[in-house]
Amino acid sequence: MSEVTAVGYIRHRAGFWRRAMRHPGFLIGGAISLLVLLMAALALVWTPYPVTVLNIAEKLSAASIAHPLGTDHFGRDILSMLMVGAGNSVAVGLVAVGLGIGVGGPLGLLAAMRPGLISEAVMRASDLAFAFPALLTAVMITAIYGPGTMNSVIAIGIFNIPVFARLTRGVSLSVWKMEYVTAARAVGVPPLQIALRYMLPNIASPLIVQATIQFALAILAEAGLSYLGLGTQPPQPSWGKMLHEAQTMLYFAPMLAILPGAAIAVTVLGLNLLGDGLRDLLDPKLRGTAKPPKT
Amino acid sequence: MKTKLFAAAFLAAGLGMSGQVAAKDTLTLGIGLEPPHLDPTGGAAAAIDEVVYQNVFEGLTRIGPDGAVLPGLAKSWTVSDDGLTYSFKLRDGVRFHDGTAFDSADVLFSIGRAMAEDSTNAQKGLFEPIAKIEAPDAATVTITLKRPTGHFLFNLGWGDVVMVAPESADTNKTKPVGTGPFTFDRWSKGAEIRLKRNDAYWGAAAKLSKVSFKVMPDAASSAAALMSGDIDVFPNFGAPELLEQFRADPRFEVVVGTTEGETILSMNNTSKALSDIRVRRAIAHAIDRQAIIDGAMFGSGTPIGSHFAPHHPAYVDLTGMYPHDMAKAKALLAEAGYASGLKLRLTLPPPSYARRGGEVIAAQLAAVGIEAEIIPVEWAQWLKQVFKTTDYDLTIVSHTEPFDIGIYARDSYYFNYKSERFNQIYADLTEAVDPAKRKALIGEAQKVLAEDSVNGFLFELAQNGVWKKGIKGLWANRPIQANDVTAAYWE
Repeated sequence: MSEVTAVGYIRHRAGFWRRAMRHPGFLIGGAISLLVLLMAALALVWTPYPVTVLNIAEKLSAASIAHPLGTDHFGRDILSMLMVGAGNSVAVGLVAVGLGIGVGGPLGLLAAMRPGLISEAVMRASDLAFAFPALLTAVMITAIYGPGTMNSVIAIGIFNIPVFARLTRGVSLSVWKMEYVTAARAVGVPPLQIALRYMLPNIASPLIVQATIQFALAILAEAGLSYLGLGTQPPQPSWGKMLHEAQTMLYFAPMLAILPGAAIAVTVLGLNLLGDGLRDLLDPKLRGTAKPPKT
Repeated sequence: MKTKLFAAAFLAAGLGMSGQVAAKDTLTLGIGLEPPHLDPTGGAAAAIDEVVYQNVFEGLTRIGPDGAVLPGLAKSWTVSDDGLTYSFKLRDGVRFHDGTAFDSADVLFSIGRAMAEDSTNAQKGLFEPIAKIEAPDAATVTITLKRPTGHFLFNLGWGDVVMVAPESADTNKTKPVGTGPFTFDRWSKGAEIRLKRNDAYWGAAAKLSKVSFKVMPDAASSAAALMSGDIDVFPNFGAPELLEQFRADPRFEVVVGTTEGETILSMNNTSKALSDIRVRRAIAHAIDRQAIIDGAMFGSGTPIGSHFAPHHPAYVDLTGMYPHDMAKAKALLAEAGYASGLKLRLTLPPPSYARRGGEVIAAQLAAVGIEAEIIPVEWAQWLKQVFKTTDYDLTIVSHTEPFDIGIYARDSYYFNYKSERFNQIYADLTEAVDPAKRKALIGEAQKVLAEDSVNGFLFELAQNGVWKKGIKGLWANRPIQANDVTAAYWE
C-alpha cells in the first residue's frame, strides 16, 4: 500500500515538472518571481550604494556605469533603491500572506470540520470583512494607528484572513466527506491530526495558488499605501514611495517614475502568471491537457 | 454635414476665445492651503490672510508690496513727540459690504474686541502696547501706548488688526464683511473661494470683476491646472522642481520674490537631549544648508543663520557661526554624553519643504550619529501635537509672519525657549524708536538666537510665483501674508 503511494507520488512530481517546462506562463512568471526574490535577498546583504545616504551633488544624473539606472533627486542610486524596494515588497507579501494563511487557514478548516454555530460564525465574520473595501480600510487603519510598514502590512494581512478562511472551508468541505476521513474519524483519530495529516495535503494546491495571487495583491496594496504616504516611511525606500516622489518630476525626469512603476507592474504580472500556471499544473482536472483551457 | 458641424464648432470656439481675451477681467489664483475660516482676526492660519487681506478686509494702515507702511482706512496720522500718542484721521464715506458706515466707533470695537479677555485673536502681542483708545469724533481715533513702540504702525497693517463691524463680526468666519474693494461671493469648501468687485468701494475700484482662489494642495495637479488654463496665477508655487518647465513655456513667467518665511528646524528646547545647548549646536554643525536648499528646494531659497529675513536692512549674516562640520558635531555630542548615538523624533507637516527637507536633514543627522525618526503629520495634527502641546523633538516649518523675532520672547511658544538676555534685548527693541539703535538691537537679538542655537536656521523661503503672461499689478514679494489683488489687471 505504502509502496504504491510512494511510486504514485514520485510519478506525480515528475509529471509536474515535465508539464511545467512546457507551460510558458508558469516559466515566465516563475522566472520573474525568482528574480525579484533574488534581488530582495541580495539587497539584505549588499546594494551598490547605501540607500539612506544622500549625495546631492550627483542628483538626477542619467544612467551611467557608476549608476546603471541613474540617481534620484537626492542623488541616491536608483538600482539600489529598487533592490531595497524589492526586499520591502517581498517582506510585505510574505507577512501579509502568512497572516492570511496562518489565521484564515485554521479558521476555514475549523468551519469545515465543525458545521453549525462555529462554521456560521466564521463565515459570517468573513462576509462582514468582505463588505469593507480592503484598500480603503487599510488606509483608515494606517491613518488611525499611524503610518509605517508594520501597520500597513497588518492592515493588508487582515484582509487576507477571510480570503483564506473561505477558500479553506470550501475545499475542505469535500475532503471532509471523503471515506478515508470518515474512517479516520470512526477509529478515533484526534481532530487536529485529521486536519494536519488527512486534510491539509489535499487542500494545499488551491491554497498555494491563492497565496501567489494574494502575494501580488499585497505588493500592490503596499505600493498604494506608500504612494499615499501611509506605508513605508523615509528613509526606507519603497516602490510606491519612489513613484510618489517622482510625480512632480515627471516632466524632466520620467525615469524616476517609470522604473518603480515598471518594477511594481512586472512583479505583479510575474506573480499572477505564476499563480495561473500553478493553477493549471496543480488542478487534477486539467492534468494531461497540453494547453490550459480558455476561461 | 460633418464639415458644417466642424465649422460651426470651430467658429463658436474662435468667437468664445476672442471674446474672452478682449474682456478678461477675472482672475483665478491657486493656493496650496485652504483657510480654516475667513476671519483674519480670529485665527493664525496664513491661508486666511492670503485670501481676504486687503481684498476683503482693510486696516487703519496697510502694507505695500515693498513692505512699506501706507495709509489704509486712516488717511493720515500724527505721532506725539514722546512716541506715545497716535492720532488717526479716518477716511470719509467708507462703508462695510453690508452697507453700514465705517467710523471711529468701529475702530474702537475692532481693537477692543481683539484686546478683550476672551479674544481669539492669534496675535494679541500686536495690541499689547496699547494703553488707551479713544474716539474724539466720528472721523478721529487716538491711541495711547504704554511705551514707545517702534513698529506700531506696521503692526496696525497686519491682517489680525483689520477693521470689522459689530453687526457682522460674529459671522465673519463664514461670511466675511469688510470694507475692501472685493466682497465675498461664495465658498465651495475644499474647492474654491470666490470674491467679486465691490462697486460701492470708497477708493479706486478694482479692475477685476471676479477673483477666485482655488485650493490646490497637490503640486502635480497645480501644475496640470496651470498648464490647462484652469488657474491663471499660482502666487506661491510649492514645487520648485517644476519651475524650469514654466520658465521654458512662453505662456508663463516665473516671478521669484522674497518672503518673510524663515524656514527652520524647530527644536523643543525642553525635551531631554535638546535642552543641552551642546546637542543643539551639534545639530547646527551637522546641518548642511546648501545641500538642503539644493536637494529639497532645487536651489530655491537663501541660507539664514538666525531667525531673520536676509532682505531686511537690519539683517546680520550669521550663517558662518556653525559651519557644516561633522567632526565638530560628533565631538559636541560626545561631550554631551551621546557618543553612542541619540534618537530624536522629526515631525514633518505636509509642505514639500518640510517633507523633503526632513529627509535631507535626517540623512545629515544620521551621518553624525543622531537617528531622526521621521513622523509625517497633517497640519491639524501638527498644530495640536507640536504647536499646542509641544510633544515633539524636531520639526521643520516656515515662519511666514513679517518681523516675527518676538516669538522667541514669548513665555510659552512651541520652541520652549527662555532667555533673560533675549527678553531684555527684545524689550529694549520694542521701546526703541531711534533707527540706528533699533538696527543695533535687532542685530543683537539675531546673534543671541544663533549663539543659543535655539533652532536649526535653514533658509528663507523664496516666493516662486507662476504667472500667466499679461497679468499685471500682482506682488512679486511677500512682505506680509497676502495675495493682494486689488491692483491686478490683465494687459
